[in-house]
Amino acid sequence: MNLTWTQRRKLTGLLFVTPTVAFVTVFFIIPLIMTIFMSFHDWPLFGERAFTGLENYQELGKDRQYRKSLDFTFRYTALVTPPIFILGFILASLVRHNIRYIGVFRTIFFLPVVIGLGVSSLLWTWMLDDRIGVFNKILLDLNLVPKAQLFLGRPNTAMNVIILSVVWKTVGFTMILLLAGLQAIPDELYESAEVDGAGYFRKLIYITLPLMRRFIALALILSVIGSVLSFDQFYIMTRGGPRNSTISIVFWIFNNSFTYFKMGYGAAMSIVLLGILVALTGLQLYVLREKE
Amino acid sequence: MTATVIDAQAERSQQEIRRLRQRTLLWLRYVILVVLALLFLFPIAWSFINSLKLPAEALAVPPTYLPSEISLKNYDELTTYGKIGIAQHVYNSTVVALITVAGSVILSTLGGYGFARFDFPAKNVLFIMVLSTLMIPFQSILIPLFVMIVQVDLHDTLFGLALVYITFQLPFGIFLMRNSFLAVPHEIEESALLDGCSSLSILYRLMLRLVLPGIVTVAIYAFINSWNEFLAALIFMSDQDKFTLPVFLTTIRYGIWGDVNWGALQAGVIVSIVPSLAIFLALQRYYMDGLMGGAVKN
Repeated sequence: MNLTWTQRRKLTGLLFVTPTVAFVTVFFIIPLIMTIFMSFHDWPLFGERAFTGLENYQELGKDRQYRKSLDFTFRYTALVTPPIFILGFILASLVRHNIRYIGVFRTIFFLPVVIGLGVSSLLWTWMLDDRIGVFNKILLDLNLVPKAQLFLGRPNTAMNVIILSVVWKTVGFTMILLLAGLQAIPDELYESAEVDGAGYFRKLIYITLPLMRRFIALALILSVIGSVLSFDQFYIMTRGGPRNSTISIVFWIFNNSFTYFKMGYGAAMSIVLLGILVALTGLQLYVLREKE
Repeated sequence: MTATVIDAQAERSQQEIRRLRQRTLLWLRYVILVVLALLFLFPIAWSFINSLKLPAEALAVPPTYLPSEISLKNYDELTTYGKIGIAQHVYNSTVVALITVAGSVILSTLGGYGFARFDFPAKNVLFIMVLSTLMIPFQSILIPLFVMIVQVDLHDTLFGLALVYITFQLPFGIFLMRNSFLAVPHEIEESALLDGCSSLSILYRLMLRLVLPGIVTVAIYAFINSWNEFLAALIFMSDQDKFTLPVFLTTIRYGIWGDVNWGALQAGVIVSIVPSLAIFLALQRYYMDGLMGGAVKN
């Protein structure tokens, strides 16, 4: 077979991308289509599966734990995002200028990001333990509490301490994104504002925040997506308790699909989750596309 | 004349005040930074200190602040912990991570080169298809992935889990490698092409060295992400011998081997933290490049 040079180049290019495209097709595109397909079926792990139409979706309306999990996931997201963002901004402002040793501090604040969320959750479960945990030890030694607290045993405190652990684990990531935004602002803008007599807050509101709008949007959306998908911290720190109050949406999908093996029902929930995330990512692309 | 002397003096003292104020602010900044740094380091340091306590002291209620005696017994106990000891789980995690690294690097390099340097039918459609998977969280396709992996008998195998991890890494890897190849000037390949070198040998002999930073970045992310991943590892492995480190550590926490051995757990936490921290610290620049390239520019 005689191929021209251009034809050969085309064929070579196609060959180079074939393995990748095959992988993405087999492990992403087909599963995605299968998720939709499975969501219309009663699909146990073993035994007969049956087409049930919209039954799984109708069941969602009756599933109280599903409602509770959606509600919990959004409440968690709403509560965890502001501290991550505010502390991330404070850290980014603190490490912004290249003063001596600043690289060391940037690295230290970022370190928890490279630790797995599963392992960090184990570490915090142990620190928060009522009997052998260091937090109770410190609080008792300083006489700040009358007796050891069951932090993870009550819904309110469980939420707060899980948020504390996740902020520690993820704030470095937000810090780096916001730092990039801060460093993109030219110093001259601040200098001329100072000549005009602008104080810290005026500079913050009229220069810093508007000019890093895209970085702020990106940091917020990535943090929101991460929170909506959270699982590890609840599975490990509270096992969904107390009284099923900390079962996130991914956790509830996990329970239905891999504990009760109601995989069709799990698939229907996954489709809802997917819808929420595609909407969030669409929002992200929209915000980032905007040109100055 | 006296007036100008006084003026000059006043100006000098004002300058001094300004300098003093700046110095104080700088010191204040350092004090805040040091306090925050200590708070951030505390959990890791506390875990490390406790892993060095004697096993009995690690179980003390209330806990002690500092170990009365430094000991490696907790690490020692881990070697025989559970059914098979921690060495098998370190091995599992390492094998999965290495297959993931190799697979992600090879596929991303080939694919990135293809998308950056060649024209072929449906190129844009295929590229958008690969990138659009960035929008799909893997959590939402785990159920069919599980069904497929069970069907081809790859559940409970390290290879099966690694295949899933490679797929999670691909969109980011392709994106990054394509940009790396695009940054290399065309002229470099042109003379080699005219000399009749094959595309594969140009990639291997010429281009690899030039895109090495991108390859290192893809490799670091593949390693750290697969080493740390928890949910997929929990779902795809039911045989305890095949558990990766994070899943194994969770079984210690929930005492499926008897009473919770907190000392051993902390030793295990340290064992699982050290590789990612070491790789991050050694290759921090590449990691940050990936963060900026992957998050900001897409």
